[in-house]
Amino acid sequence: MRKVVFKGTLLPLLLIAPQIVITVVFFYWPASQAVWQSFLIQDAFGTTTEFVWLENYQVLFKDPGYYNAMGVTAVFSIAVAVLSLGLALLLAVMADKQIKGAGFYKTMLMWPYAVAPAIAGVLWLFMFQPSLGVLAQVLRGWGLDWNPLLNGRHAMILVIMAAAWKQISYNFLFFLAGLQSIPKSLIEAAAIDGAGPRRRFWTVIFPLLSPTAFFLLVVNIVYVFFDTFGIIDAVTHGGPAKATETMVYKVFQDGRLGGDLGGSNAQSVILMALVIALTAIQFKYIERRVHY
Amino acid sequence: MAEVELRAVRKSFGATKVIHGVDIKIADGELVVIVGPSGCGKSTLLRMVAGLETVSEGTIAIDGMPVNDREPKDRDIAMVFQNYALYPHMSVYDNMAYGLRNRGMDKAEIDRRVREAAKTLELAHLLERKPRQLSGGQRQRVAMGRAIVREPKAFLFDEPLSNLDAKLRVQMRVEIKKLQRQLGVTSLYVTHDQVEAMTLADRLIVMNAGVAEQIGTPMELYARPATTFVGGFIGSPAMNFFPARAANGRVELGGGIVLAMSNATAAGEVTVGIRPEHLTLGGADGVSLPIKVELIEHLGAEALVYGHLPGGAALTARIDGETDVALDAQLTLSVEPRHIHLFDKTSGRRVD
Repeated sequence: MRKVVFKGTLLPLLLIAPQIVITVVFFYWPASQAVWQSFLIQDAFGTTTEFVWLENYQVLFKDPGYYNAMGVTAVFSIAVAVLSLGLALLLAVMADKQIKGAGFYKTMLMWPYAVAPAIAGVLWLFMFQPSLGVLAQVLRGWGLDWNPLLNGRHAMILVIMAAAWKQISYNFLFFLAGLQSIPKSLIEAAAIDGAGPRRRFWTVIFPLLSPTAFFLLVVNIVYVFFDTFGIIDAVTHGGPAKATETMVYKVFQDGRLGGDLGGSNAQSVILMALVIALTAIQFKYIERRVHY
Repeated sequence: MAEVELRAVRKSFGATKVIHGVDIKIADGELVVIVGPSGCGKSTLLRMVAGLETVSEGTIAIDGMPVNDREPKDRDIAMVFQNYALYPHMSVYDNMAYGLRNRGMDKAEIDRRVREAAKTLELAHLLERKPRQLSGGQRQRVAMGRAIVREPKAFLFDEPLSNLDAKLRVQMRVEIKKLQRQLGVTSLYVTHDQVEAMTLADRLIVMNAGVAEQIGTPMELYARPATTFVGGFIGSPAMNFFPARAANGRVELGGGIVLAMSNATAAGEVTVGIRPEHLTLGGADGVSLPIKVELIEHLGAEALVYGHLPGGAALTARIDGETDVALDAQLTLSVEPRHIHLFDKTSGRRVD
C-alpha cells in the first residue's frame, strides 16, 4: 500500500472534518446524552428531574418485560440474519452462473433495497393481512388459521420475512461482487482437482467469500438491532401482546409513548453496549478465521 | 501416462466457428506445443482437452477412451494455468494435497507425494507458506507441483510462463522441459511465444484462425514451412516475403532481379520466402539481391540489416556482428537456392 504524506495539518484536518462532524453530531452527542439521561428520572410532566444513579438500570433488570424483549430480539435477529444472509448467498451463487437474462434478475433482486423499511413493512402487512391479504387468503385456503394480528408466532414470522426480504438485496449485491472477484481459473483448477460443485463451494468459493460474509454479518447485526424499527412499527407495533417487541422498539414504546425517558435511555445504553460488544466479539473471534 | 488423440475436433460458440477441425495423435510421453497468435483458438483447444469447454464436433480420446462427455475430474489430467490459479487461502502443502484429498487418497501417501514433489521443485522449505508470500517463480513451481503429485495421464499447460519476467521465463522453460523428460508424462503446452515453442516441443502445432496450419517437429517446420503463416511465425527475425512470378525454374522478383531455381516446378504468381539468416554478404551467380542499407541493429554476435530491394519489397538480413557495414551503403546479398521457399500467392500454401 502506498502511503501519502500531506504537508501541513490544515488540509488533512479539513478532509476528515465532514466525517468527524457527522459522527459527533449524530452519534457521540446523542449517545452521551442518552448515557447522561439514563441516570435521571423525570416526572410525567417534565417539571422535576432527579439524579438517581443506576436506579433506571435496576428497575429494568427486574422487569420481566425487558427479558421478553431480549428474547424476542434474539429470535428475531438470528432468524433475520440467517435467512437474509443464506438466501442472498444462494441467489448470488445462482445469479453468478452465466444464464440468459442474468442482468434482468440482478436488477430485480436489487430493487427491494430501494424500498424504505416502513413501506416494506406495509407491503408485507397488506399481503398477509388476515381478511384482505392476497397471500393470507392462500394460506387460509390451505386450511391454515393465519392471523398475525392475534397470533404472536404468526406476527413474528411476518416481521422476520419482511425484515429479511428487505436486507437480501443488500447482501446479494455484496455476495455477487465477492463471487465475481474470484478468478474463474480457480474454480476450473478445483474442478480438474476432482472437487464436485458442492465441494468446490465449501472448500474454495466460501473461504474466499469469507471477508465479504464477515463484513455482512456485522452490518446485518446492526441492521436487525436498529434499522428494523420501521418494519415492526408499521406491521405489528410490537404486538400482539409484545410478541414482536424488540429491544429497539421497546426503547421507543417506553420513552415516546410511555413517557419514561430515564428508563428508555437506560435501554438505549444497554442496546448500544450490546451491539458494540457483539461487533467486538465478531472481530476478535470470527475475523481470525477469515482469509483476506 | 497415455496417448492423447484429437480426431477432427471442432468448436463453435453459437454460429461463430473458432476451431475448424484439428487432428493429432500425441504419443505417450511426448510434449506437443500448440503455438499461434492470440485469438487463434489454441487455448480453447487445450480447454477442450481439459474438459473445461465442450467439444462441438469430433472426438478427444485419452488412453484410447473417448472423453468428450467426461467431467474434467474424470479425465485424469492436470492443468497448469497462466495465472497459476493457486488457492489463496491454502498453504503450499494444502494446494498440492487438495486434488489428492478430493480423491480420497490415504493420508500417508498424500504426504509422501507432496514432500517428494516439493523436493523435486525445491519447495520443501515453503510448504507452510501461503501463495501470496511467494515470488512469481515459486508460485509457478507450486502450480507445477500441484500437477505432478496427481501423477496424471497428461499435463496441460496454458501459457504457464507468460506472467514471469524474461530471465525467469528462460529458467523455468528449462526446468519444465527437464521435468517433463524425467517424468515422461504426455504433455500439451500452449504458448504464443515461438521461441518457447521451438525449444520445448517434440512436435509443434502452429494454429492460425482456428486452423492447424502445420504439425511437425520444430526443425521440420523451420526447414519446410507449409504456409506463409508458418514461415513468418517460426523463426526470428521473421522470414522475408516478396511477391514474384515463377516460370521455367526462374523466379522474377521485379526490379530486374531474377532468382535461378533449377529444380522448382512452380509457375505463375508466387510469394518468395527467404529467412534473414540465410542471406549472406556478397553476390553469387543467379541469386544476388542488391539492397541499400537503411538501418542496422547491432546485437553483438550478429547484426540485423534492414533495406529495400529495387522492386520496393522490404528485406531484413542477419549478418555477422563484426562485419563492417555503413549506413546508406549498397550491399549485394545472396542466398542458396535450397533456402528459397515458394508459396502460392493466393492460398499461401507451399509450392515446390
